[in-house]
Amino acid sequence: MSPEVETLVAILVATLRAGTPLVFAALGELVTEKSGVLNLGIEGMMLIGAVAGFIATVLTGSPFAGVVFAMLAGTLVSLLFGVLTLTLLTNQVATGLALTIFGIGLSAFVGLGYIGTPIQGLQPLAVPLLGDIPVLGLLLFRHDPLVYLSLVLLAAVAWFLARTRAGLVLRAVGESHEAAHAIGYPVIAIRYLAVMFGGAMSGLAGAYLSLVYTPQWTENMTAGRGWIALALVVFATWRPARVLLGAYLFGGITIVGLHIQAAGFEASSHLLAMLPYLATILVLVLISRDANRIRLNAPAALGKPFHPDA
Amino acid sequence: MALPPKATAAAPPRLELRGITKRYPGVLANEGIDLAVRPGEIHALLGENGAGKSTLVKIIYGVVKADAGEMLWEGGPLGSHTPAQARHLGIGMVFQHFNLFDTLTVAENIALCIEGGGDLKALAGRIAEVSGRYGLPIDPLRHVHGLSVGERQRVEIVRCLLQDPKLLIMDEPTSVLTPLEVEKLFETLRRLAGEGCSILYISHKLDEIRELCQTATVLRGGRVSADCDPREETPKSLAEMMIGRELPVCRHSEPPEGGAERLVLDGLSLASDDPFGTDLMDIRLTVRAGEIVGIAGVAGNGQNALLAALSGERRAPPGQVRIGGRPAGHLGPRARRARGLAFVPEERLGRGAVPGMSLADNALLTGYQKGMVRHGLVRVERTRAYAERVVDAFKVVCAGSGSEARSLSGGNLQKFILGREILLEPSLLVLAYPTWGVDVGAAAQIRQAVIDLRDRGAGVLVVSEELEELFEISDRIAVIGKGRLSPAKRTRDTGVEEVGRWMAGMFAPALDEGPQDAA
Repeated sequence: MSPEVETLVAILVATLRAGTPLVFAALGELVTEKSGVLNLGIEGMMLIGAVAGFIATVLTGSPFAGVVFAMLAGTLVSLLFGVLTLTLLTNQVATGLALTIFGIGLSAFVGLGYIGTPIQGLQPLAVPLLGDIPVLGLLLFRHDPLVYLSLVLLAAVAWFLARTRAGLVLRAVGESHEAAHAIGYPVIAIRYLAVMFGGAMSGLAGAYLSLVYTPQWTENMTAGRGWIALALVVFATWRPARVLLGAYLFGGITIVGLHIQAAGFEASSHLLAMLPYLATILVLVLISRDANRIRLNAPAALGKPFHPDA
Repeated sequence: MALPPKATAAAPPRLELRGITKRYPGVLANEGIDLAVRPGEIHALLGENGAGKSTLVKIIYGVVKADAGEMLWEGGPLGSHTPAQARHLGIGMVFQHFNLFDTLTVAENIALCIEGGGDLKALAGRIAEVSGRYGLPIDPLRHVHGLSVGERQRVEIVRCLLQDPKLLIMDEPTSVLTPLEVEKLFETLRRLAGEGCSILYISHKLDEIRELCQTATVLRGGRVSADCDPREETPKSLAEMMIGRELPVCRHSEPPEGGAERLVLDGLSLASDDPFGTDLMDIRLTVRAGEIVGIAGVAGNGQNALLAALSGERRAPPGQVRIGGRPAGHLGPRARRARGLAFVPEERLGRGAVPGMSLADNALLTGYQKGMVRHGLVRVERTRAYAERVVDAFKVVCAGSGSEARSLSGGNLQKFILGREILLEPSLLVLAYPTWGVDVGAAAQIRQAVIDLRDRGAGVLVVSEELEELFEISDRIAVIGKGRLSPAKRTRDTGVEEVGRWMAGMFAPALDEGPQDAA
């Protein structure tokens, strides 16, 4: 392989890795929002997932246990959000923001003793034979299992929403909770499930950061990725395939920025750090200008509280 | 459909209510309601807005729980049930505000209501079969947002029919239909009743009930005020049962001829800003001083865009809207009001009035150009005095000019908003659905106030779905359909039949204001 190809492959591989946590978090939020609930607490849930997964890995020595524990922790925190917004009917925006602040604080507090602790993160999986194909093997068959999981989940969510009856019910609840209630669907229960799925996915996204991407715990290590995931869902007009596109775009620009710095170009590191956020939002704004499409895909009841007797 | 043949009188009623009571904070919605619907009967539930009809049917369908009383289904007790259980028993309901999901297809919408409706292809076949059998043509694969209101209702009805209903509840089904569609709906309902299905038909339209129903239960203020056979009653006697007194009638004189042009729409074309809305195409209309022009039409045919273009919320090329003889299409609401326009929007809370503000503050919102503000400061006394004048003149029931707009009932708030505009003595008044959701007594009062304003020389444009109302107050009537406007005909030269045909889309759009207007 020539050095150029090698660099390109390295960038592409790193792009997949950088985009994967966004895919997880955005998929979870997509399902949550499709049910009509706006959870702004992704950042907080990711951080709690990251620290929970990290601690579990340190204690058990198994990164797989860490992943499971991270998802459990994310689910648990989202359940708290669910009780507040769905049962006690608090404002979803305010509660979500509070959840983020809570997550930042709690994860920093719990993780205090684990800063700098070394762990054995989740290792890439080399598919036999296929993994040995030059270039293609590196690009497609030598990733960690979570990258593959993210793609499987993406396909599963897309299929679930578009093709299954349960997905239809979920969309109906997010479209008009009054109508769904009048027909007799348990609006609140369905929303709880969607919120918990979102929590589990955010936890998973956090675990990916602390167990795979940079196998260590540092305070506030999500660095705004939760917010990007949130933006991805909206700008992708609630369609899973576009979420993937946006996530990899973000990942790609992050990695290219790092390579530019490594190559010794004179550029402010702050500017480069800003670039992926800016570019992702710009591109997604441009592709989501069609008001009709937004109207068709946006859950009409998003963020509206529902009380069955009102 | 596995429906029983004609039932005998000895059979238990299909549905019986005994002493149903439901209380909301501050309101007794239903009190001690008794009601029995026999198999194969079309039973009317008659009452004004707010009489408790909708609450009662929600209780029957299981959406709302009654506080007291019992329900019997085919002679057996019906405890606390959910809508799903109600459907399982054979109770189908077509809601007034359709319970449809805009972004889903017809088949998906129906699948949501049917047990085991997972196989959309098979379901589409069943939909086509049932819709063919009952003369309710719909395409299962279309998205609901693209359907007309009449088509949406068909979806609701087919959705119920697919569940082999024994009792079909129709909540104000004709309020959104053209007269032709109403005829077709009645045919379908009679056919269903002939097959043994009971129908509970909710309405406040006396003619329809006398034409369609065999029994009527009349509600007033949450109580049953009468049970009767509507075919043996006159509209007058039914109205008395419904509102407790005679139906008021408006005084109306002939308009003066050749008044000054107050409003001219000259080829107004405007794309809707709602992706599911209707674009306006080449609207031509003149409203003169001293006349009331009514625009009929089924909702969703461009009324929203038209009203926004009139109020100034949406701009048009200057010459396409002329107010008081001068181009005004480019002006915003404030500049148009300065030219003598007053506007009463469809939504009372939110656009017509700010829910959390007092009546006095709400009066200030449109009256600030009439001496209520000096040097940028509000003249509180004048504002309050103005609001109190409106309250007195229009008999608005409220706790004074300091009460919040949201504390008023719909009819009273409408009287206040209308009064606020009328006392400004506008030279042009544009009204959207002026008596929607207003009880019969208040509606008559509102209509009379509009007619009186006309007699003082103002031009009035009324957009409404209620044909009876338009025929009562308008001097000329036009119909809006699919974003185009029919010619405006003198009310006495046309009739419900012709306007009904126009509403179904059968008219040649007005090319220019011809001689019939100048008359």
